[in-house]
Amino acid sequence: MATAVISTIVVFTAIGLAIVNSPGWPAVREAFLNGEVFRASFPDIARAFKLNVKIFLVAEAVILVFALGVAMLRSLPGPVFFPIRAIAIIYTDVFRGLPTILVITMLALGVPALQLTGVPVSAVFWATVGLILVYSAYVAEVYRAGIESVHPSQEAAARSLGLSRWQTLRYVIVPQAVRRVIPPLLNDFIGLQKDTALVAFAGPVEVLRQAGIDEAANFNFTPYVCTAVLFLALTIPMTRATDWLIERDRRKRAASGVG
Amino acid sequence: MTAAINIEGVHKSFGKVMVLKGVDVEVPESNAVCLIGASGSGKSTLLRCVNLLEPVDSGRILVHGDDITSYDVDANRVRRRIGIVFQAFNLFPHMNVLENVTLGPRKALKTPKRDAQDRATELLTRFGLADKRHEYPDRLSGGQQQRVAIVRALAMEPDIMLFDEVTSALDPELVGEVLGVIRDLAQTGMTMLIATHEMGFAREIADHVCFLDQGRILEQGPPERIFTAPEEPRTQEFLRRIIEAGRM
Repeated sequence: MATAVISTIVVFTAIGLAIVNSPGWPAVREAFLNGEVFRASFPDIARAFKLNVKIFLVAEAVILVFALGVAMLRSLPGPVFFPIRAIAIIYTDVFRGLPTILVITMLALGVPALQLTGVPVSAVFWATVGLILVYSAYVAEVYRAGIESVHPSQEAAARSLGLSRWQTLRYVIVPQAVRRVIPPLLNDFIGLQKDTALVAFAGPVEVLRQAGIDEAANFNFTPYVCTAVLFLALTIPMTRATDWLIERDRRKRAASGVG
Repeated sequence: MTAAINIEGVHKSFGKVMVLKGVDVEVPESNAVCLIGASGSGKSTLLRCVNLLEPVDSGRILVHGDDITSYDVDANRVRRRIGIVFQAFNLFPHMNVLENVTLGPRKALKTPKRDAQDRATELLTRFGLADKRHEYPDRLSGGQQQRVAIVRALAMEPDIMLFDEVTSALDPELVGEVLGVIRDLAQTGMTMLIATHEMGFAREIADHVCFLDQGRILEQGPPERIFTAPEEPRTQEFLRRIIEAGRM
């Protein structure tokens, strides 16, 4: 423990000194860590950040349900369900294969341009749909891994009671699968939190775009640092919570002797 | 009179391995038929075929005269009439005992929750498990888990029960309580097809014993004859090894 403390202090002091003594440090400090600009831009940026949080919360709720549906459809066995499985596979392949930013810009700029009546024209709406489509493809795969990790004997037991395939998935397989995949799910949601910044490329004034506006107004990059602080304030607690859950799960399995 | 189960010329392969090579078994109403034989002789596969957990390749299985292996049969309906208990219990780990037992009646039979719970509690009480109804499976001993698994199957009120080496995964001192439950069921006249390594039990409980060897019924008959005067050399060999292992 003591060794760890000492070596940590030594390493970080060395890195700190190297940065502070670099020739460009005064200029960088002025451009990125200007306290005055930080204070001035913080209220704007925090306000814009609320949009990111909103997008994240809505997207997360939809993804949790939608991705589970996709994973369940993909897990239906037998030749009868092949077309359904095929659609689910194509969906996950396409949206995991496309850059998120591409999906967001195409949807947010393209769909409103169609000028269809009754279809929302809000860029925020379509950018959120883009995030949902991309992240659901990943989350569906996480769910599917969980579903496949449930031993086939559980399915045999459920089917032997006369439950249908769907009932077996619904009451026996999925509840066990979801418990097992909570840590990797949270991991994906940490990624989603950050990627709400990509909505900026479709136009809405969310936090990254607001920081750009403030940067241009002050000729100073400190607003970006301000944004980074806000993101970390949100993602780090979630990251720690995820690690804690993984560790707890590992201990529980070790204690009960099942894998 | 029509038998409860008629297995006629059943073949079953997994890939290139033929596990069942034309098996015929008849289980009359209210009889207990025991399947004995070495591991890998096809006992479990045969039971899984009767429960339609595995489709047969050829041959047919009749339950009370109805061909359940015909292509247009509703497998879910068939399974509701036939209970099966597995070697590894296969309880649902995320549900407590009561939920395990009531899942089938509630979802497959659409029994109202209260009725299903009352009926489950009645059965659990009968098998000495009433005080465990709110426990989760991982808090129960192997013997208790297997008794819950039996109750779970019985809650569907099946006409026929299949037992797939239900004591093989148990510690020796827990075997008795599970066999006791099956013995009780035999006395109530339940029709049963039992795959087992417990020869003493088979001898005591069975109306008829079938010796499976490499996917075929090599010899069958009343337990007294199979266990005291087996005719086939392979049956004699099998029983000699069991006796040497102290299992009879």
